[in-house]
Amino acid sequence: MIEMEKITKVFPGGVVANREVDFKIASGQVHALLGENGSGKTTLMNILYGMHRATSGTISRSSQTLTIGSPSDAISHGIGMVHQHFMLVPTLTVAENVVLGTSAGPNRLCPFLNLREAEERIASLSREYRLDVDPRAEVWQLPVGAQQRVEIVKALYRDADVLILDEPTAVLTPQEANDLIDVLSNLASRGKSIVFISHKLNEVISLADEITVLRNGDMIGMVRKKDTDAKDLARMMVGRSIEPPELPNRSPGEPMLTVKSLCVEDDRKLEAVKDVSFTLRAGEILGVAGVDGNGQKELVEAIAGVRRAVSGSVETKHQGVSNREYARRIGHVTEDRLKTSVVLDFSLWENFGIKTCDTSPHASWLGMNIGSLKAATEAAISEFRIKSRGPDEKISSLSGGNQQKLVLARELGLKPDILLAAQPTRGLDVGAAEYVHQRLIEERQNGMAILLVSTELEEILAISDRVIVLYEGKIMGALAARKATREVLGLMMAGERLEEMERSPGERN
Amino acid sequence: MKETEGPGNLFATLLPQAGASLLAIFLAMTVGGVLIAIAGVNPYEAYSAMLQGAFGSQFAIANFLTRTTPLIFTGLAVAFAFRCNLLNIGAEGQLYMGGLAAVLVGVYVTGLSALFHIALAIAAASLAGAAWGGLAGLLKTTRGINEIISTIMLNFIAIFFVSFLIQGPIAEPPGFFHQTALIEETARLPKLMPRSDLSVAIFLAVFLAVALSFVLWRTPFGMKLRSVGLAPETARFSGISTNKYLFGAMAISGGAAGLAGGSEILGHQYRMLDFFSPGYGFDGIAVAFLGRSDPIGVVFAAMLFAALRVGANQMQRETGLPSSLVLVIQGLVVLFILAAELRRWLRERAVSKGKEA
Repeated sequence: MIEMEKITKVFPGGVVANREVDFKIASGQVHALLGENGSGKTTLMNILYGMHRATSGTISRSSQTLTIGSPSDAISHGIGMVHQHFMLVPTLTVAENVVLGTSAGPNRLCPFLNLREAEERIASLSREYRLDVDPRAEVWQLPVGAQQRVEIVKALYRDADVLILDEPTAVLTPQEANDLIDVLSNLASRGKSIVFISHKLNEVISLADEITVLRNGDMIGMVRKKDTDAKDLARMMVGRSIEPPELPNRSPGEPMLTVKSLCVEDDRKLEAVKDVSFTLRAGEILGVAGVDGNGQKELVEAIAGVRRAVSGSVETKHQGVSNREYARRIGHVTEDRLKTSVVLDFSLWENFGIKTCDTSPHASWLGMNIGSLKAATEAAISEFRIKSRGPDEKISSLSGGNQQKLVLARELGLKPDILLAAQPTRGLDVGAAEYVHQRLIEERQNGMAILLVSTELEEILAISDRVIVLYEGKIMGALAARKATREVLGLMMAGERLEEMERSPGERN
Repeated sequence: MKETEGPGNLFATLLPQAGASLLAIFLAMTVGGVLIAIAGVNPYEAYSAMLQGAFGSQFAIANFLTRTTPLIFTGLAVAFAFRCNLLNIGAEGQLYMGGLAAVLVGVYVTGLSALFHIALAIAAASLAGAAWGGLAGLLKTTRGINEIISTIMLNFIAIFFVSFLIQGPIAEPPGFFHQTALIEETARLPKLMPRSDLSVAIFLAVFLAVALSFVLWRTPFGMKLRSVGLAPETARFSGISTNKYLFGAMAISGGAAGLAGGSEILGHQYRMLDFFSPGYGFDGIAVAFLGRSDPIGVVFAAMLFAALRVGANQMQRETGLPSSLVLVIQGLVVLFILAAELRRWLRERAVSKGKEA
């Protein structure tokens, strides 16, 4: 129905995001756009939605060429998009959000809102597509999954028959993701076309009818789900086969980090970490699972010494040293790489040396020993296989994965006995993530105590010894990773306590 | 990922920057030329009069370098603070405080050898400027007051405080004129050329530029200071005390501006007159901007602005054009650099957007 042909997009500066990509969407189908980060999926859909203009190529609908110069053009052609970050005004009601930007009155010229009519239409859409959206609820009160459905209603209200969703499950719990999958297949069965962007193989396989794979801006192929499997797709996506990491047996050593009844506030002064206690031992990877925004960031920052705890304690061998020395002794791969781990305008060697530029061997009374810093950076570049032009290149011109490798190299280079790894593979492609996992396991074998915070259950299950789950700042339970299942962790991520589940297993099913 | 080509050496990064500044100067002169032509004067004649005025004789050159000196100091002041992402609009006030300290030491401290007297006066000038700049730094780090606002207001306080002193407490007896007494001979900086205003202060200015350049690029202090300027959160997460660097940058910036006032007094004015600076502190903002906040770039930018100012008088005498025309050219230079910056910013934004996708 909608056809994108030979789409090429070159950004100013020469980055080629799409190279002669063909993409077809048939009605009543769920079409997955699969690829690693930076493979050009979002760019391609932004072109369809009018956010970017293609450098060359055509878009047509039933062999009629479309010119889409802006999102409002796209909407008028029946194309709607749900972005990864929702475009909703939290203080307005669902209906108000939905009509925002439309002419909600009886006609274009009438300046008055007719909210009642809008509410009725939203309610009927909600019934028809089983979206369970209350038009009068205020958006800030809704859970994330419901907000996402409001975005879907917004598109349907504008008569979209093609719905694009950008990484829709990234912000959801596994249960919410399952609900969304139901909603999307229901939409498709009523004739809507769904495109969803993803880099997660399992959800692509459970949901899509057709799958288009992009890699490095090139279209690798379009396959039907029944003709393929996860292994095939992974190979298409990465260009080689990927082996899951293996966690060798190792018994943990002495406790390195003890957190006792820790309470921490977030930036809005709301309690984000509530009475959290755990122990991390040498040679152990402790996974911290949870949906984004359940106190993980505040917990890690409090341990790293960059956020004050309201009460409770963090005990390591390093308490009592200066902030600078503490930052040197505890490795910290931060959650927000661009904001808190790197200086984008700095070269690789400056970024590499930001923690150590004032200690021997990199500094003396004469100033910095730039030579030794560059040599150390050079060594890190080759050890971590960082794709770059050398230590003098600005870090901003590196891909996210290579930036992350440099951060990891810097933090591991401190030879810390504790490593706080917050979302260490977020935004990395499969190959780079595989390497990061491998390194973390290696360091564990050498006795490092690693706190691994991740919203990806697969990652947690694959390389952790033990798992704790955070929900609204509280620990829902701790269990050995071998015994953990996606289902149990998913329920804990949604706020069920492990002990309660164990106490009443019969009532659960 | 795409491989990028070319070497990442110093020239490759610095040259395009200098190129943008040179292009801005060229465009400003061209537009200025059009304006001159509209005013009915041959632009070529106007510009050659200007060149004559700045470089036509030994005295012209001495005059030009004398004019360059305070602009280097104030340009360095603004540039250094900017490296820590601080906009120091207060160089003028810091200059006044530096001048005040220099004149106090110059007039009221007596009986020292020239070497010690000069050193003491210079130290006093830079410390006074540093204190005035540091005050804005302190307001920012302890009370969160924006340094742009506080430095603007501290300008007024400094300028009128000095004016008050000159009109009363430290006026030259018997107090007819709004000026201080002349500073002691021992406090005066050695002249580089007899019967001109040019003193060794120009060397001090260039030396400071080299020193600050070293500090910024080759010391851990400078690297940490720049990291605080570019990515304060990353700096904080690396255990760097950002407040310490914000305060330090403001104090050093104020110290450089204080030296501008000090060198004016000790170098050739020898006494303090009411409103003794023609806005060197404010010109320092444009100088730092044109010099891309690089201490060495600031030296060249200061030279350009000084040449324009000095040449303007000659141009006015020979062609009858108002000398304030050079202010228009100065403004155009800044405008064109802004345009180039805007373009670069837009492009970088587009590229980073491309990366995200």
